Amino acid sequence: MATRPVEIREGHDTPGHHEEPSFFVKYLWSTDHKVIAMQYLFTGMFMALVGGFFSYVFRMQLAWPGESVPLWGLVTPAAYNMLITNHGAIMIFWVAMPVLIAAFGNYLIPLMLGCDDMVFPKLNRLSYQIFLLSVVVLFSSFFVTGGGFGGAWTMYPPLSGEAAYNNTPAGQTIFIVAVALEFVAFLLGGINFVTTAMNSRAPGMKLYDIPMVVWMIVIASIMFMASVGPLVAGAVMLIFDQTLNTAFFDPTRGGDPILWQHLFWFFGHPEVYVVLLPAVGIVAEVITVFARKKLFAYKTVLYTAIATGVLSFTVWAHHQFIAGIDPRMANIFTVTTLLISIPIAEMMFVYIATLYGGSITFSTPMLWALSFIATFLVGGVTGIFLGASGSDIYLHDTYFVLAHFHYTFYPIAIIGTFAGFTFWFPKMFGRHLNETLGKIHFWLTIIAFNGIFLPLFVTGVLGDNRRIPNHQVYPELDNPLMNGLREVATVFLVVMLLAQFVFFYNVVVSLVRGKKAEKNPWKSNTLEWTADSPPPHGNWKELPTVYRGPYEYGVPGRSEDYWPQNVPN
Amino acid sequence: MIERFLPVASTYAGDIDFVFDLIFWTVGFWFLLAQGVFFWLLVRFRKRDGVRAQYVTGELKSEKRFITIPHALVLVCDVFIVFFAIRVWYDVKQHLPEAQQTVRVVAQQWAWSFVQPGPDGRLDTADDIKTVDELHVQVGTTYHFQLVSRDVVHSFSVPVFRLKQDVIPGRVITGWFEPTRTGTFDIQCAEICGIGHGYMPGRIVIETAEQHAAWMASHSNREIAAASGPAAGGR
Repeated sequence: MATRPVEIREGHDTPGHHEEPSFFVKYLWSTDHKVIAMQYLFTGMFMALVGGFFSYVFRMQLAWPGESVPLWGLVTPAAYNMLITNHGAIMIFWVAMPVLIAAFGNYLIPLMLGCDDMVFPKLNRLSYQIFLLSVVVLFSSFFVTGGGFGGAWTMYPPLSGEAAYNNTPAGQTIFIVAVALEFVAFLLGGINFVTTAMNSRAPGMKLYDIPMVVWMIVIASIMFMASVGPLVAGAVMLIFDQTLNTAFFDPTRGGDPILWQHLFWFFGHPEVYVVLLPAVGIVAEVITVFARKKLFAYKTVLYTAIATGVLSFTVWAHHQFIAGIDPRMANIFTVTTLLISIPIAEMMFVYIATLYGGSITFSTPMLWALSFIATFLVGGVTGIFLGASGSDIYLHDTYFVLAHFHYTFYPIAIIGTFAGFTFWFPKMFGRHLNETLGKIHFWLTIIAFNGIFLPLFVTGVLGDNRRIPNHQVYPELDNPLMNGLREVATVFLVVMLLAQFVFFYNVVVSLVRGKKAEKNPWKSNTLEWTADSPPPHGNWKELPTVYRGPYEYGVPGRSEDYWPQNVPN
Repeated sequence: MIERFLPVASTYAGDIDFVFDLIFWTVGFWFLLAQGVFFWLLVRFRKRDGVRAQYVTGELKSEKRFITIPHALVLVCDVFIVFFAIRVWYDVKQHLPEAQQTVRVVAQQWAWSFVQPGPDGRLDTADDIKTVDELHVQVGTTYHFQLVSRDVVHSFSVPVFRLKQDVIPGRVITGWFEPTRTGTFDIQCAEICGIGHGYMPGRIVIETAEQHAAWMASHSNREIAAASGPAAGGR
């Protein structure tokens, strides 16, 4: 193996440093990208439990309205609005983003590029600290007078701008401050990811030799940074409306509520792809390893990701077809929205094509990755109904929308995370997860997930509107079929949440007693598998050099069916 | 297929159902095809002893066509769907047929109220008929509705019409519908509007010409008495 000397940077320990740092410095004040990744990962998983618990409470209310919910009590309309608002915000801002971008980005970028850390380690530490602060601020909003904000995670004014309308005088402002802090954390992280990927690659690693997941996280970071500006400005304006009596969004004094919707969705739609791309990247890594296949048409995948990124900036107003925008505008956004189905469909085709001619092992990470493809397809095709303005007139704001975006976000944030977590677990912790428990967890989760949201497509088509605590108020929505489907969805949700205990049990037991993992248990090509499991601070004693692309599996004429990036020949 | 579960009660409801069905069958075909190929590949190329994976880069033209041909076909389907979607959109939202009647829909936290012209046929006069949470309309008549909000964003949704339109404070949004069958149906609020959002059910009562005239008369009398003006004579 060719080597090069390790550079020593400011703010970074020398590899092989002897003094053992204190617990506090090692785990809470670290600039090591792997520790920061773990901080993001476990904070994100904790927040997923909070968001999951919220969904349990409001789904119980929806299935059996007015009855006391175990572990919560009666769900008042104010509590219901608070729960749905914070469920949405938590799952997007405090689960999907920290886990998919920050945790996997921090962990994988330096290890896959063959460098010792991020280029700005202290900025990285600051990023997590601000993120943690945003969590604390968000939690504080649940305990103030009036309770947590209840104006939906989309925060449409005037409802969100005036305490008299939303009945959460303190919660409304604290909520927006928390979201704004979270954005700051991810701006810092994004700068780090892009700079590191462009500057710190191992010698020999050309742009087309970068593993797909790193590309995806870099593209996602660029998209995030380009889209978040207008929303941060909007958030400041909204806070001013709430606290300083300005009237940016108040129509009675010359403001415009629709302006907020544009600012929000100009960020909000790219945001979908910001979290989608890292998940898609993780899936690419997993399926190539367990199918022993080269990624089909690497450059096509990369270009479709870039095309998706660019196009995603032109589709936002499909969230506003019926919001009172000029109806002619809807025609343009229908066209762009349906156009974006093309790169996404192409990406799915590429993944399916990658399986052709493979030698597929159905390990737990592979099952997660494959189920991503199968379920994301449902989310993809149901999006067409909503992007087409004609059918959106009816389907807008129904449970069809809700089921659609859960079929995109759930594969992204939950399935994608489990695929990545189970795949890199041996590297992260030096031990293997239990396969049997992993598969039990997989099947319970995936069956229950479909059991939750397939019925909700039906109730949506039959007219269930979103964000209503009791559908039985409406005669047309109170019938045995729809009530039954709501109960089915809730029962499966409880099953899905309980199944996560299997996962946590598996993690704890495997950390203590799991089979020790060697350096490269999956016989993978990428650089992270050449480091120790788990990698020490500084990652390698001698940093690797790269000779080829990341997906050279099954190359004819070689005795092994894989060809690591760092092996000269 | 929506019409199997939910009555069709406006001139354009059937067109919207048609777009839904069209997309359903088009994307349903693609969905089943993709899933079929996907699961077939999983079974066909499962790991077997002594069989090594093939080396396929996907960079050759002969390989890439497996992606580019479906890609082109998806584009054709998209164009097809866009055409029909925009046609219906134009009909429902963009073009406004001549009105035979006008009704003002006022949304507020948390109720619907409706203002209809009285016998003089004009809004904003003394004989206007005002109702709360109940809108009476006549079948076969083209209505313009004017949406007004007193406070926050609401959304005027009449599922049997397949109609939904947000109500924006500070604006008057005008649209249209023409009921095609009689009956009493839901009016729902489809945009979160505060803690009472789930509790603002309205009803739309679609009546025959005679029923509607009788309803008008019964409400006009009271209004006339209240207005006590001679202008409210006959129609």
